[in-house]
Amino acid sequence: MNLKLRIWRQAGPAAAGRLVEYAADHVSPDMSFLEMLDVVNEGLTKKGEEAIAFDSDCREGICGTCSLVINGVPHGPDRGTTACQLHMRRFKDGDSVTIEPWRAAAFPVVKDLIVDRSAFDRIIAAGGYVSVNCGGAPDGNAIPIPKDVADLAMDSAACIGCGACVAACKNASAHLFMSAKISQFALLPQGHPERHRRVTAMIAQADGEGFGSCSNEGECQAVCPKEIPISNIARMTREYVKAALLAK
Amino acid sequence: MTLDAQIPGGAIAEKWDRHKFEMKLVNPANKRKYTIIVVGTGLAGASAAASLGELGYNVLNFCIQDSPRRAHSIAAQGGINAAKNYQNDGDSVYRLFYDTVKGGDYRSREANVYRLAQLSVNIIDQCVAQGVPFAREYGGLLDNRSFGGAQVSRTFYARGQTGQQLLLGAYQSLMRQVHEKSVKLFARREMLDLVVVDGKARGIIARNLSTGEIERYAGDAVVLATGGYGTVYYLSTNALNSNVTAAWRAHKRGALFANPCFTQIHPTCIPVSGDHQSKLTLMSESLRNDGRVWVPKQKGDKRRPDQIPEDERDYYLERKYPSFGNLVPRDVASRNAKQAADEGRGVGESGLAVYLDFKDAINRLGVDVIKEKYGNLFQMYQKITDEDAYKVPMRIYPAIHYTMGGLWVDYNLMSTVPGLHVLGEANFSDHGANRLGASALMQGLADGYFVIPYTIGHYLASVTLPKVTTDHAAFKDASENVQGRITKLLSVKGNRGIREIHRELGRIMWDDVGMARTDASLRRALQAIPKLRDEFWQSVSVPGTPDNLNQSLEYAGRVADYLEFAELLALDALERRESCGGHFREESQTPEGEALRDDANFTYAAAWEFTGVGTKPTVHKEPLTFEEVHPTQRSYK
Repeated sequence: MNLKLRIWRQAGPAAAGRLVEYAADHVSPDMSFLEMLDVVNEGLTKKGEEAIAFDSDCREGICGTCSLVINGVPHGPDRGTTACQLHMRRFKDGDSVTIEPWRAAAFPVVKDLIVDRSAFDRIIAAGGYVSVNCGGAPDGNAIPIPKDVADLAMDSAACIGCGACVAACKNASAHLFMSAKISQFALLPQGHPERHRRVTAMIAQADGEGFGSCSNEGECQAVCPKEIPISNIARMTREYVKAALLAK
Repeated sequence: MTLDAQIPGGAIAEKWDRHKFEMKLVNPANKRKYTIIVVGTGLAGASAAASLGELGYNVLNFCIQDSPRRAHSIAAQGGINAAKNYQNDGDSVYRLFYDTVKGGDYRSREANVYRLAQLSVNIIDQCVAQGVPFAREYGGLLDNRSFGGAQVSRTFYARGQTGQQLLLGAYQSLMRQVHEKSVKLFARREMLDLVVVDGKARGIIARNLSTGEIERYAGDAVVLATGGYGTVYYLSTNALNSNVTAAWRAHKRGALFANPCFTQIHPTCIPVSGDHQSKLTLMSESLRNDGRVWVPKQKGDKRRPDQIPEDERDYYLERKYPSFGNLVPRDVASRNAKQAADEGRGVGESGLAVYLDFKDAINRLGVDVIKEKYGNLFQMYQKITDEDAYKVPMRIYPAIHYTMGGLWVDYNLMSTVPGLHVLGEANFSDHGANRLGASALMQGLADGYFVIPYTIGHYLASVTLPKVTTDHAAFKDASENVQGRITKLLSVKGNRGIREIHRELGRIMWDDVGMARTDASLRRALQAIPKLRDEFWQSVSVPGTPDNLNQSLEYAGRVADYLEFAELLALDALERRESCGGHFREESQTPEGEALRDDANFTYAAAWEFTGVGTKPTVHKEPLTFEEVHPTQRSYK
């Protein structure tokens, strides 16, 4: 099949960007979306033209590196899928496809389709961990954890930190991302000693980074490649309120 | 050069404890005066940086990704081994040690492997304390499964995302140290040279991938945790950015490279669909616990799998290896799949696949149990192939997955360049010629959490390190070397794509240095690789500028290094005229077609010294002695 692509090109963080048209010809339905872009780039490279910069790494939906808005939807049309897992059989001959980077003030564009998501790292640094040094951990079976609790914690922990939730949200809120980590530790006993400090610090960090608030549209869960539900946000809000009420 | 592995004396079970006592310590108040450079943020790198930061060292931590959480350890699916014996099925540290030495086909170092088995127990405790959501039983205790070639259930897992959860645990510990300012993080940086001052590793040159700037960093020791070199084969299960560059540049500065020919081919990957393919996707071999591997008995049988009656199917692993069945080690499973395909009994359009069938498991356990165990893998399979594995058998084929070879290190994980330590997949020490399933995560974390924090202190306390700053001549020299190579890459201005040349290298490696190697195929590769390298430097097209984010330039640099490294891999494979583990030389096999070792001549680690591009490297041999586990022909019958 042959496709018409409109791709965001931006030379650097301070430069103005624009959509540029490219043709993708002889696309096989078995290709992944990023392999289709590889082929376009290979063509550009051979002509001595600069390749379209986009981030990707594991290409199997777990590293969270790829970050494309495809026809207006972060990670494209398939539910529960990262852009790298999207296959061209989802498109048909003659389609035109618009490809843009994540758009959020807290994720500035570095070049073309690549954005800077280091704000997420700083949110984790603010409190997204259990403060245990390496060494003195008790036996792994010392604290039994009911299976359903462990499973629920795992559902939240599955977040890959890609930032699609932020890109889909009209407020560019990082609530789904944060709440996934906060839920994991609110559910597991290991996270309890620091639960109040954690939720307060992470939310304060996100506010400072320029992420917006949550207004319950649910766009985040609709695009989340790991299908993390917004019930995590409700849990985070409860944790936040508890932390505020119990503050000394 | 004589290789001294620094193995402590005493009985095998006491070596590490004894060594821990005998090693020198750095006074707590002095630790912050030492700067340690850690390159890489995978399981080994992140756990090392976090632990060293916790101890009070001043740590500089680098990664090529935009965030440390994206390192390729994240993609490990199946699990992590530990000798906890929670299942009461006869496991012990000694058994894990024994299995790992045997699984490595007697080409690893006994003392290292024993330490690994000992530390496995601490890793689980540490990860649970960090809040890693391991799978649990209804009673609330940790669940285990048996995995890839083990007859006990010692594998801990977090659904099919164990690597992700362990890495996030290490990443979070790392970010905590970043917050506490003991670790300074440098993301989107690629190490392009090692700086050696007065014979000791004292810094690195890195390229800032966002701005193109060449940056210099000085320290008192350097820790490389930069992963393996699987993408030398172009198609592999590795992430696209995984590469050998940091290790190779350290090799060129004097670190010996050991056993590069020990590469692991994983049996359960999704088959190749076409030329456009950029990577292969692995499905956890835990699938082999419940899936049955088969091909049609008849050659060229093109019927749909459901039309092939039971008595016309060959469950070849169960037939040939009745006691291990579908759970034989990876090298054995891979070779048998290749053999079936070579015999014309492969399935699917290309004939380069075998079936992995869950029908019996679904009938026995119910679809819900299978969904619970492997749901995400079945879903992944469907996304890629558009097939429902609950209804039709999966098609699988081997692919390059892990590399056991790496920079040579001693028992302290120090390379032949004093001060340069190498952890995880980037070193060579623990897996011998074949790594068992669920052992890579164990090794990465053992090295980072529990070995390097001790051994690096011993190094720092044993040497005198005059202050070195980045305006030292060695930094200037290394940074000019890096600049020169970048200028050279950009000035070729040819018309061949970088990917095209990489793909060609991959084809040479897979065809001639792949699952079955012969004297003739290796000699052919040794002719073809330098030719392709010359072609690269004459005809590659690397557009763009150096002072900018330039992914073509990054990629070209890595491929250029692979074009040098591939020759070493092929040479090592040629010189090792025996079969062992993942290295199968067709000339050396038993009458039944199994790998035949030559212990009399090859019980050593081959550590290669760089002598220049295109000139034959010098080999140094570390003899391996087996006092505990006596080498026998591996048999999984």
